[in-house]
Amino acid sequence: MLRPSTTLPRRGRGPLWRNPAVRALIIQAVLFLALAIFIGYLVHNTLLNLEARGIHTGFGFLDGRAGFSIPQTLIDYTSDSTYGKTFVIGLLNTLLVSALGIVAATIIGFLVGIARLSPNWLLARLATIYVEAFRNIPLLVQILFWYYAVLRALPSPRQSLSLFDAFFFNVRGMVMPDPQPLDGFSATPWALLVAIVAAIVFGLLAKRRQARTGQALPVYWIGAAIIIGLPLIVFLATGSPLEWALPEMAGFNFRGGINILPELLALWLALSIYTAAFIAEIVRSGILSVSHGQTEAARSLSLPEAITLRKIVIPQAMRVIVPQMTSQYLNLIKNSSLATAIGYPDLVAVFAGTTLNQTGQAIEIIAMTMAVYLVISLTVSFLMNLYNARTLLKER
Amino acid sequence: MTDSTFRTEMIEAREAPDQSRGVIGWFRANLFNGPINSIISIVVILLLARLVWPFLEWAVIDADWIGTTRDACTGEGACWVFISARFESIVYGFYPEAARWRVDIVFALLAILVAWLAIPKMPRKKWVALFTLIGFPIIAFVLLVGGMFGLQHVPTRAWGGLMLTLTIAVVGIVGSLPLGIILALGRRSKMPFVKGVCVIFIEFWRGVPLITVLFMASVMLPLFVPGNIDFDKLVRALIGIMFFWSAYMAEVIRSGLQAIGKGQNEAGQALGLGYWQRTGLIILPQALKMVIPGIVNTFIALFKDTSLVLIIGLFDMLAIIRAGLTDSNWLGFSTEGYVFAAAVYWVFCFSMSRYSQYIERRLNTGHKR
Repeated sequence: MLRPSTTLPRRGRGPLWRNPAVRALIIQAVLFLALAIFIGYLVHNTLLNLEARGIHTGFGFLDGRAGFSIPQTLIDYTSDSTYGKTFVIGLLNTLLVSALGIVAATIIGFLVGIARLSPNWLLARLATIYVEAFRNIPLLVQILFWYYAVLRALPSPRQSLSLFDAFFFNVRGMVMPDPQPLDGFSATPWALLVAIVAAIVFGLLAKRRQARTGQALPVYWIGAAIIIGLPLIVFLATGSPLEWALPEMAGFNFRGGINILPELLALWLALSIYTAAFIAEIVRSGILSVSHGQTEAARSLSLPEAITLRKIVIPQAMRVIVPQMTSQYLNLIKNSSLATAIGYPDLVAVFAGTTLNQTGQAIEIIAMTMAVYLVISLTVSFLMNLYNARTLLKER
Repeated sequence: MTDSTFRTEMIEAREAPDQSRGVIGWFRANLFNGPINSIISIVVILLLARLVWPFLEWAVIDADWIGTTRDACTGEGACWVFISARFESIVYGFYPEAARWRVDIVFALLAILVAWLAIPKMPRKKWVALFTLIGFPIIAFVLLVGGMFGLQHVPTRAWGGLMLTLTIAVVGIVGSLPLGIILALGRRSKMPFVKGVCVIFIEFWRGVPLITVLFMASVMLPLFVPGNIDFDKLVRALIGIMFFWSAYMAEVIRSGLQAIGKGQNEAGQALGLGYWQRTGLIILPQALKMVIPGIVNTFIALFKDTSLVLIIGLFDMLAIIRAGLTDSNWLGFSTEGYVFAAAVYWVFCFSMSRYSQYIERRLNTGHKR
């Protein structure tokens, strides 16, 4: 009779390195040591090199006098200001062009993305061509094109191209009317603030009313009327205390008005057009990701098209669109650093460019510049994770 | 019995009315189905007429094509002579004329390898891929740098043009893919220190713009090595580009790793396979195949961003064109220069993106259930 062997070969403990826990410990220890030695070696070399070049490390240089001028400053700055101030100026300029770019790219991107889904063959094709053309050309080429081939080719200030005699385009950029607030203007912004609060309160009340009675109020229209109407009434009641300083030709250049640098215009155009191509694709894929059954179900409940779009399709599409859109916004902010190629005074051009060249404090300056972008991206991705957790599909 | 009250045979199908077939029908269905659509169509047609025709007139009809000097630029349109006059330097940069055949060989080899890998029917893919990743870089290095086997040494200062653009792109791609795989595996590791290092590495590079990375490579890297070592500028830029894109690659590959079911790994364990066997033979082949479109998209982004090296003073294709625009004999041809550069980049990127869509469609059949 056959009997299964009852004596399995005893499993020995085997060599220590076969134990997964021990092995993990060894691998990590080796990695740690290797990294520590490598970093130590770099630090050692760096210190030697800095000593040989006579560079003192530390952030003391930030108090030094900058001694160079910057063509666009959002806050007071002269060449007597400190290097620390150049950091702030550069950061503000980066944020300005990023904010402008994000607004424009979102608008263009949404329009193009929706146009790609249009039943109109021609419009859909045009949108496709837009997307395929602009996202496959490097952003730097586009920036250089807008700056050197378009804006730099504009006529001199004397022969400016004018739009309604208020906006002038020339080789030095765009000149536009400058709003001059008079006495009593400050009431209008306050009215706007009050109107926004009132509109939000009204929206909440309308929602509660709908929950109680089932009757919906035209919240959007009334809200818009409050936000536009109240400041307008206040503005007119205080006697329209705003004047527009129209730019005028004086000598070889314009006097009055706000002059917008051609660098800013070129960067803004290129960033918005380029990013919009990506946003358009995100919007399209977001809308397509809403399953057809959803719209059909809405139709079978006889919801009107507009409500279907607003209450069924868009909220679900947003779940797909928003996370990708934020990463595009982050890309746009990072891409705005290409400003340095055409000399728009952003953080990289001013601080990591001129200031670095003047002070030679490469490590501190590059570290500060990178830290700015890192803080922005990490903050946004943190917020994004919160959003994702909130809008996650609630499943069983 | 016959009943003449009813027809027993079918009436032959009549053709659709004129209005709904042929060209007119297509127009009515796609462009003029409703008042709003008609208005949109007319606006788009007018817009196209205003934009496309003048552009064609400028770029083709009124353009100057033949000649070698600026005198050839007579017409109202574009003067492509600007490009053709400096075509050699746009392709080869400052590479010595006598040694340009070496660049040609590398170009040809690259084209053959890429075509081999891209065409699905070609045999022995695995070996060709291995050769592309290991053998080709060595051959290209020997041919381009020279200084051995009796080849004249060409310093990287002399490199430029499309050749430099492609060099940066290929080195970036070949370098960032393996590094990205290692980082992606590391990020999914159960060892906290390994995981932490990979997460910090990936998030750091993904959080900063490439420009600052290149600045760092050009001003900070020389400080990191002993003072007597001369660190080649191109190599510095390449290291920066490789690290930067490996982080993006890692995230793409990680998404593929996450899509592989746990069962695959467990089945491997049950068969007694070790970590590297499971990863190399079971997990990675499936994961990489799944994310080929994502990898190609990263390649496209990398290729576009090679143009950034002009900011740290390397003469890639765009930089050569830009330098040509400051030539006092050829002032005022920015539009031609940048349109040409845009067209070259576009051809490369668009073909890559079409290829990735094609692969996506091919792979879809296998994974859709």
